[in-house]
Amino acid sequence: NSGVLPLLRPLLLDVVPTIQQTAALALGRLANYNDTLAEAVVKGNILPHLVCSLSEQNRFYKKAAAFVLRAVGKHSPQLAQAIVQCGALEMLVICLEDFDPGVKEAASWALGYIARHNSELSQAVVDAGAVPLLVLCIQEPEIALKRIAASTLSDISKHSPELAQTVVDAGAIAHLAQMILNPDAKLKRQVLSALSQIAKHSVDLAELVVEAEIFPVVLTCLKDSDEYVKKNGATLIREIAKHTPELSQLIVNAGGVAAVIDCIGSCRGTVRLPGIMMLGYVAAHSENLSMAVIVSKGIPPLCACLIEEHEDHIKAAAAWALGQVGRHTPEHARAVAVANVLPTLLAMYMDTRSSEDLQMKATLKSILQKCTYLPALEPLLHDAPPNIMKHIVGQFSKVLPHDSKARRLFVTTGGLKKVQEIKAEPGSLLQEYINTINSCYPEEIVR
Amino acid sequence: MAALARLQARLSGLREEYFRRNRSVDEDRKIEYKAAIKIQSWFRGCRVRAYLRYLNKRVIFIQKWWRGYQSRRYFRRMVETAYFIMKMNFYNEMAVRIQKRWRGYYVRKYIHNYYALKKYLEAISVNNEIVRNELQEYAEMKEKEEKRKDTEKKEKEKQYQARKMHYLLSTEKIAGVYNSPFRKSPDPMELLLRKSKPLSHRQQQMKSPFAYELYDWPTCKRPPTFSTAQPLPPIGRQKPQGPFRDTAEVLQQRYKPLEPTLRVAASINSPLEKAREEMKKEEWRNCIHDNEFLPFSSYHKNEKYDPSIHRSVKYGQETYGITHFREVQPKKWVADKVSHCIF
Repeated sequence: NSGVLPLLRPLLLDVVPTIQQTAALALGRLANYNDTLAEAVVKGNILPHLVCSLSEQNRFYKKAAAFVLRAVGKHSPQLAQAIVQCGALEMLVICLEDFDPGVKEAASWALGYIARHNSELSQAVVDAGAVPLLVLCIQEPEIALKRIAASTLSDISKHSPELAQTVVDAGAIAHLAQMILNPDAKLKRQVLSALSQIAKHSVDLAELVVEAEIFPVVLTCLKDSDEYVKKNGATLIREIAKHTPELSQLIVNAGGVAAVIDCIGSCRGTVRLPGIMMLGYVAAHSENLSMAVIVSKGIPPLCACLIEEHEDHIKAAAAWALGQVGRHTPEHARAVAVANVLPTLLAMYMDTRSSEDLQMKATLKSILQKCTYLPALEPLLHDAPPNIMKHIVGQFSKVLPHDSKARRLFVTTGGLKKVQEIKAEPGSLLQEYINTINSCYPEEIVR
Repeated sequence: MAALARLQARLSGLREEYFRRNRSVDEDRKIEYKAAIKIQSWFRGCRVRAYLRYLNKRVIFIQKWWRGYQSRRYFRRMVETAYFIMKMNFYNEMAVRIQKRWRGYYVRKYIHNYYALKKYLEAISVNNEIVRNELQEYAEMKEKEEKRKDTEKKEKEKQYQARKMHYLLSTEKIAGVYNSPFRKSPDPMELLLRKSKPLSHRQQQMKSPFAYELYDWPTCKRPPTFSTAQPLPPIGRQKPQGPFRDTAEVLQQRYKPLEPTLRVAASINSPLEKAREEMKKEEWRNCIHDNEFLPFSSYHKNEKYDPSIHRSVKYGQETYGITHFREVQPKKWVADKVSHCIF
C-alpha cells in the first residue's frame, strides 16, 4: 500500500544478481500474504519481467521467481489465469528440466497451485507438457521434490477423466505405487491422494490403479501413525470400491474390509468419513459383500460412529452405511437390529434436523422392511411416528400369523395393547395390518 | 223259313240295335278308356313308387355307411388327438419334474451356493484375522523403530555432551561433579565421561546435523545431501611397452572394409552363367506340370471306378436295359426244337 511495488519492480532488472533475487523473494512474500497484494502484483505488470528473465538466470533467481508465481497463483482462478496468459507456464516447464532439485520443487509447486483451481487451468498446465517432467521429478531422490510432484499430479488429475488419463499415460501409476512404501508420512499423504484422484473417475482407471499391485500394501498405510495418511488411504480404497462389485470383491478378498474397520475404530472425527463410506459402498453392491462386511465385525464400529460423532455429515454417512448393510435380506436386517441401533436411528430421525431426515428415513425404511427380528422391533412401537409405524406394524403382521411363541411374547410385553391404541383410517394399509394382527388372537384378548 | 221270318222281324230292329250297341259301346268307350287309363296309371305309379322306395332304401344304406365311416374317422382322429394330448401332458409333467430338480440343483450349486458362501465367509474371517495380525505387527514394529530412533538420538546427544564437557572428568585428587564422595558408585555420566574422547577444536565448531528433518522452502535452508560415495580411483592403465603403432591406426587398418576390384567382384563364368540362368528361367516358366510323361495305357490303371449313386445302392439296378433289353422267354423258343418244317 505504501507504494512498494513500483519500487521493487526496477530492482528486478538490476545488474547485481543478489538484488534481483532478494527483490523477487520480497515480491513473493508480499503476494503470499494476501490476495489483494497478489492482484496488485499482477496489475503492476511485474509478471512478464519475471517470465522473460527466467531463462538466463541462475537457480536462486529461478527459485524466487517460481515462488512469486506460486504465491500469486494460489489465491484465485483469475490470478492463475493471468499467470497463464503471460506465458509463465512454458518458463515453469523449462524450470522443471533444470538440474537443481530446489528449482524443480519450486516450479512444480507453482504448477500445482495453478492446476488446483479448475479443469481449464489444469488442461493448460498439461498442454505445456508438464506431466512427463513431473513423473520424472517423482523419481528423483529428494523427498520434498517427490512430495510436491505427487501433490501436483494429484491436483491435475482430480478435475476430469481425460486429465487423469493423461497422467496415467505418462506412466505415473507405477512410480506412485512404489512410493507407498516410503516411510515419510507427508509423502504418503500426497501419493495416496494422487492415486485416489486418478482412481475416482472411471472403472478403467481404477482397474489400472489396482493392477499396479497396491493391495495389500495399501493396508499398511491404514495403520500409519499419521491421521491424514489413514484418511487418504481410506479414500483411495473407497474410490476403488465404489465402481463395480468385482473391485469390491477384490478388496474384500485382500482383507481390506478388516483393515478399514480397524482404522475406523482407531480414529476420531472427519478422518473416519472415507472409511465409513467405503463400507457403505462395499455393502451396497451385493448381499454377499454385505454379509462379508457383517462377518468382519463391521457393524459395531458403525454404530459407535453413529452415537459418538457430533458432526451431522458423519452421522448421516454412518446411517447410510448401516442402511446399505441391512437392506438386502432378513438375515442382514437382523444383524443390524441385534446391534441395538434401531432406537438410536429412530431417535435421530425424530430429532428435527433437516439435513439428515432423508437419509435416516430411507435407512430406517429399508432396514425395517426386511427386519423380522421382533425383539428389536418392539421398543420402536412405542415412539414411532405414523409413517414409520406403518412399516413396523406391517412387519409384525407378516411374522405373527406364523409364529406362536412370538404371539405370546407380543401379548405379554404389551405390544398388542399398543397396537390397539394406534388410530388408523379405515381402509388404509395400517388398518389392514392391524386387522391381520388382531385376527391372530381370539376375541377376548383383543377386547 | 221261320228262322228267316224271325230274322227279318229282328232286322228292323237290328239297325237300331246295332246303332244302340255301337252307341253304348261308344259311350262306354270313353269311360272304359278312362278307367283303363286310371288303372294303368295307378299301377305304373305303384311300380314307380316301389322303385323309388327301393332306391331310397339303397340310398339310405349308402348314406348310412358313409356317415358311419366319416364319424368313425373323426372319432379316430379325436381319440388320436386326445391320446396325443394325454401323452404331451404326461411328458410335460415329467419335464417339469426334471426341470424342477435341475433348477433347484443348479441354483443351489452355482448361483446361491450356501455352503460355498459359508466357506467363503469363513475364509474371509480367517483372512481378516491374518491381515489384522500382520497390520498389528507392522504397527508395533514401526512403534519400536520410532522408539529406537528416539533412544539412539538421545544417546548420541548424551555422548556429544559428554565429549564436549570432558573437562568435568574427575582426577585422582579432585573428585569431579559427577563423582561425589558420598555416593556409593560413580554416576553413569562419570562413566560416560571416562569413556569418551575429548572433541578436537575443529569438530567443535561444526553444527550437529539433524538428518531427519527436511528443509522447508521459505527459509531456504540447505537440504542435507546424502553422503555421496567417493568416486572410484581410475584403474591403473599401464602403457604398452615399445614403439608400437598408434592404436587408432591399427584398428582402422584391421577393420577397413573390403573394396574388391571389378574382376574379383564378378564371378568367373559370369556371361555364360547369366545365359544359362536365362534358359533355366524360361524352361521353368513354360513348364505346366511336373509329372513325367507316361504312356496312354497307364493313365487309368490305378484309378478306382466310382459308381454313381444309382448303381451303388443295395437294391441294385433294374436289370432290364442293362443285362437284357427285351423280354426273352427262352422256354418258348421253338427254333432249336423244331428240326423240320411242319407243313
